[in-house]
Amino acid sequence: MTSENPIWALISTFGLMSLFAVGGAAAAVPEMHRIAVDVHHWMTEKQFADAYAIAQLSPGPNVLIVTLIGYAVAGIPGALAATLAMCLPTALLAYYVSRLLSRPSQSRWPALIQAALVPLSIGLMAASALILAQSTDRTFVALLLTAAVAVVASISRVNPLWLLLAGGLLGFAGIV
Amino acid sequence: MSPDSAPAAQEPDHPAAHAPPPGLLALFLAFARMSLAGFGGVLVFARHAIVDQHRWMTAEEFNETFALCHFLPGPNIVNLSMVFGSRLRGIAGGVAAFTGLLLPPTLIMTVLAIIYARFGDVEVLRRILAGISCAAVGLLIAVVFRMMTPLFKRMDVVVIVLMLGVFVAIGVLRLPLQAVLLVAIPVSIGATYLMRRKVAA
Repeated sequence: MTSENPIWALISTFGLMSLFAVGGAAAAVPEMHRIAVDVHHWMTEKQFADAYAIAQLSPGPNVLIVTLIGYAVAGIPGALAATLAMCLPTALLAYYVSRLLSRPSQSRWPALIQAALVPLSIGLMAASALILAQSTDRTFVALLLTAAVAVVASISRVNPLWLLLAGGLLGFAGIV
Repeated sequence: MSPDSAPAAQEPDHPAAHAPPPGLLALFLAFARMSLAGFGGVLVFARHAIVDQHRWMTAEEFNETFALCHFLPGPNIVNLSMVFGSRLRGIAGGVAAFTGLLLPPTLIMTVLAIIYARFGDVEVLRRILAGISCAAVGLLIAVVFRMMTPLFKRMDVVVIVLMLGVFVAIGVLRLPLQAVLLVAIPVSIGATYLMRRKVAA
């Protein structure tokens, strides 16, 4: 296994993983950890934890932790290969499914199915917000910050970036 | 793909709320911008840009597009870029949005990876991250509320019960995702079917 070309190992690993990652990148993180740390020994425990922190902290979709894993394995080509393998196949799949569903046809099932998924999707999002809040907001101040941001972002049209910046400053100052 | 097949909504809903579809460069730039703003997740910024700022989709259309991407495998927001771009501008639009979303942050991430390989200590980063995470969860709660408003406006009791059911099952009871979806998806499709038939009758 490990004597293979590392680029190919990255592509097959993340390409396959993305196809089973229903529910978003956050759902795939435990599996990434298992493969990168336990199975292939691409990274140490600390390197993985740092990579996760960097991916959360950097702009862009959080799935880009795979870019960091790819870089650790095979430098810049590895970073690009891992990113594309994780993102492109499922994006193309989504494109074809979406085209299939929005094709004008006699059948009303496609529109019906799409409409039926909406409340489930929002319910899932609400659930992950709750789960994230429970793991993030360990102190009263942290809870207060989350609540304040939720209220401000709900009732005003302030750019969300300012709220994140405020959170970052409070964290840097050691308040949260 | 012919350009006239791009728009998603076939039924006449709220045409007044729509802006004209953007060009390829505008799509690329819009997704690059929301991606670069997207600390702690891009969904918040994607909805802000697509629904509030550019009015390329109504709140309902955004919900339906996101729901589709949510239930397909792969990173939701990456799927969303491809589906959204292609609904407005065909496959070229999909590629423009996909590239805009991924290229700039991938470059940044690669630079960070190089820096990390050199210096390798992110204790300060982690402290900042703790604060950002708290704020990011707050933003997520707000975007979920905003996505709920079209449902509450229609006051569909069945839809609201389904949404709350999934929330309680996953968020509070922590039941396994697959089991919940195995029950919820058929129930939701059945309920939607019955409701539409009642409306049509």
